[in-house]
Amino acid sequence: MTTNMFVREGCDIAWCPGCGNFGILKLLTAAMAALELDQQQTVLVSGIGQAAKIPQYMQVHFFNGLHGRALPVATGIKASNPNLTVIAESGDGDMYGEGGNHFIHCIRRNPDLTNIVHNNMVYGLTKGQASPTSQRGFETPLQPAGVILEPFNPLAVAIALEASFVARAFVGHKEQTLDILQQAIRHRGYALVDLLQPCVSFNKLNTYQWFDENTAYLDENHDPHDRIQAFASALEEDPLRLGVFYRKEKPLFEDQLLGHKKEKKPLFQRQVNLEEIRRLVQEFNG
Amino acid sequence: MRFKNEISIVLVGEAGQGIQTIETVLTRTLKAAGLHVFATKEFMSRIRGGSNSTTIRAASSPVRAYAEEIDLCVLLDGDAYSWIQERITPDTLVIGDPAVYDHLDELIPLPLADLAKQVGEKIYANAVACGFVIGLLGLKSALLEKTLEELFGGNQEVLDKNLRASRLGLEQGEATAKEKEWFCDLQTNPQIAGQLFLNGSEAVGLGALTGGCNFIASYPMSPSTGVLQFLAKYAERFGLVVEQAEDEISAINMGLGSWYAGGRAMVSTSGGGFALMGEGLSLAGGIESPMVIHLAQRPGPATGLPTRTEQGDLDLALYAGHGEFPRMILAPGTLEEAFECARLAFDLADASQSPVFILTDQYLLDSSYNVPELPLPAEPDEHHIVETSADYRRYALTESGLSPRGIPGYGQGLVCVDSDEHDEAGFITEDAEVRTAMVDKRLRKFKGLRSEQTVKHHLFGPTDYRRLLVGWGSTRLAIEEALARVGDPETAFLYSPQVYPLSEQVQEHLQGAQRLIVIESNATGQFARLIQRETGRQADACWLQYNGRPFSVEALEHRLRQEVTS
Repeated sequence: MTTNMFVREGCDIAWCPGCGNFGILKLLTAAMAALELDQQQTVLVSGIGQAAKIPQYMQVHFFNGLHGRALPVATGIKASNPNLTVIAESGDGDMYGEGGNHFIHCIRRNPDLTNIVHNNMVYGLTKGQASPTSQRGFETPLQPAGVILEPFNPLAVAIALEASFVARAFVGHKEQTLDILQQAIRHRGYALVDLLQPCVSFNKLNTYQWFDENTAYLDENHDPHDRIQAFASALEEDPLRLGVFYRKEKPLFEDQLLGHKKEKKPLFQRQVNLEEIRRLVQEFNG
Repeated sequence: MRFKNEISIVLVGEAGQGIQTIETVLTRTLKAAGLHVFATKEFMSRIRGGSNSTTIRAASSPVRAYAEEIDLCVLLDGDAYSWIQERITPDTLVIGDPAVYDHLDELIPLPLADLAKQVGEKIYANAVACGFVIGLLGLKSALLEKTLEELFGGNQEVLDKNLRASRLGLEQGEATAKEKEWFCDLQTNPQIAGQLFLNGSEAVGLGALTGGCNFIASYPMSPSTGVLQFLAKYAERFGLVVEQAEDEISAINMGLGSWYAGGRAMVSTSGGGFALMGEGLSLAGGIESPMVIHLAQRPGPATGLPTRTEQGDLDLALYAGHGEFPRMILAPGTLEEAFECARLAFDLADASQSPVFILTDQYLLDSSYNVPELPLPAEPDEHHIVETSADYRRYALTESGLSPRGIPGYGQGLVCVDSDEHDEAGFITEDAEVRTAMVDKRLRKFKGLRSEQTVKHHLFGPTDYRRLLVGWGSTRLAIEEALARVGDPETAFLYSPQVYPLSEQVQEHLQGAQRLIVIESNATGQFARLIQRETGRQADACWLQYNGRPFSVEALEHRLRQEVTS
């Protein structure tokens, strides 16, 4: 096997030994290499948190911004240069908590980007508080009597909003996850991969073993174009379903923008048309 | 009775009644007649009802500021009089429907409702009122008809009714002028008819387009929405990406994503919206991204007076964002400057890899007047983007503090930006030495901004002044006119659209003043504090107004006369 150009060798990785993020890093770089993505045309955008550090350990263009804001940044990048392959990646707290509003509206826009969410159902970087996806009853130093909120169901929300690609994967299943990641990156439109991963330091409930025992793939005859079936599967909790729940061909955000109708070049290649501005100014002489 | 070489017309009515249309019809017609025209509006934060007004000044010489005095007041509904009462003097001609204002002795009757009904619906009262004003001033009916044709030409029936209504009004106006022996000898100049007529939002929008703006993401908020709408209107024609973001946080982050990918982005917002952008501003500082922020001020705190004006957000623009990083604030005072500042903001942001503010306010954005031309550049700005080499480092340490800015997809290198403290390649670090070097590097970029005076300052009045007035932003033209009216040989007015950093030349002017008076539309003298912080020179007096209304020429004139004679 040739060297994977997306792997950054020899860097000091800040994750705990055994962290599920290591597996995601391996699978993501492998998926990108398998798809033969052009390194010069690929951008990773992340927010804040342990998951958001992933581009630091890769050989890739990256924008590691603020907590919860990866999707607006990724949307701005994609709309400014549609030739780029854009992957927005962060944790469950970042994407579903701080960035919840952006998550909803990014799905509504449907830019052609891949949204990978490392879902470990806990806040790792701040040492173990509940996340939006933590289960009811999950005890933490901040929720000593257990979580009393209903967990956020990203797949059901995404399907309700008619996201164009909705999938769930588990980092412990390498082959299937690699396949799902490749499908998501290849998909034209907004693609969500809710990627289950254990936090070995702060989530003693949702461990590798727990995910293994509490997940199962969608039936072989699952039709990803059937929205009702996809929604029903997204509501299943015991076991949590894995696989590609939903797919829909939809117009892309960037394709519909008026600013790209006449002019197709990325914004950085466009010139100011002073002649046309001069004509516009003259329209103000009425 | 004869009108002076200028006339001030105020029309008052309910929201939804079409004051905006009346303003458009009258300003166009007056300019077409060859008069200098200024218009500004004030309105309530509601869609229907309440009281809104427009003040239109038409004159033989340029008029560009808000004046309280009213020569001709047209009342369009029953509540209008009480709203405008304090600006009415014994010399004001008050026109209104006698059926509504039967108790007003001084009323010049114009049966608006009856005449409108003759044509069709109540809404044609607007055209009646416009016709009346044009008839009273003795201007040609053809000018008014041409304006109506331009505005309503798309719908023959509506146009015909407007023409009929305006003729009915015009006849009444002419008859009234004849009966009362009024005549108008305003000197006209045919060249003015061909000049540009625009408002502040349009000037900012045109400036942004000229500066190469090709991306705007924003959330609508008065009074900044006009700029967003202007750019949306021309998105296809100029290849501009326009997005209504879900919130201001998203808007500024989309903008930063755009700059990262090589776009020239701006956001347009007001104080409350900008409050949400604070973290994004800090991000721009940390990743050394250019950003253009149009911050249109309105009175706060919180939602304040949503449709009115104030200069209360200078401190916000100056101090927003955690951490220490350079920024620049431009505050235009004329439409030409609004155009110029908006245009320059893109090049300044791009060149300095820092956020640049265009600080305006409701009064400037909603005021319009004729300008001979806008200063279009001969050549478009050059972009400050480099093609990256394989060993490219986004944050390479340099003497100027500026690292060459690459973008993904252009060159061989990787463009890595990180909001955490980072090394030269963009990777996270907690190394103490690298941290210090990066802070120093970011702050070094500011030296260039501070030493150059990018936007020209102005000194009005004598150069050997004793007393120096200082204003900023939209107060400029009212102060200029008040100063001209008083004409004191010892008083000058210093004005710079570049309010931060203050250039060295401006600082020298300030040091030379024996008495320094700072004029601002806020309650605490924010610019006076900025001057003291930057130069050590404390203001001797601050003339402040924060009632949500613009300074009028008369109020400043009165204050200055008191000052001069004291």
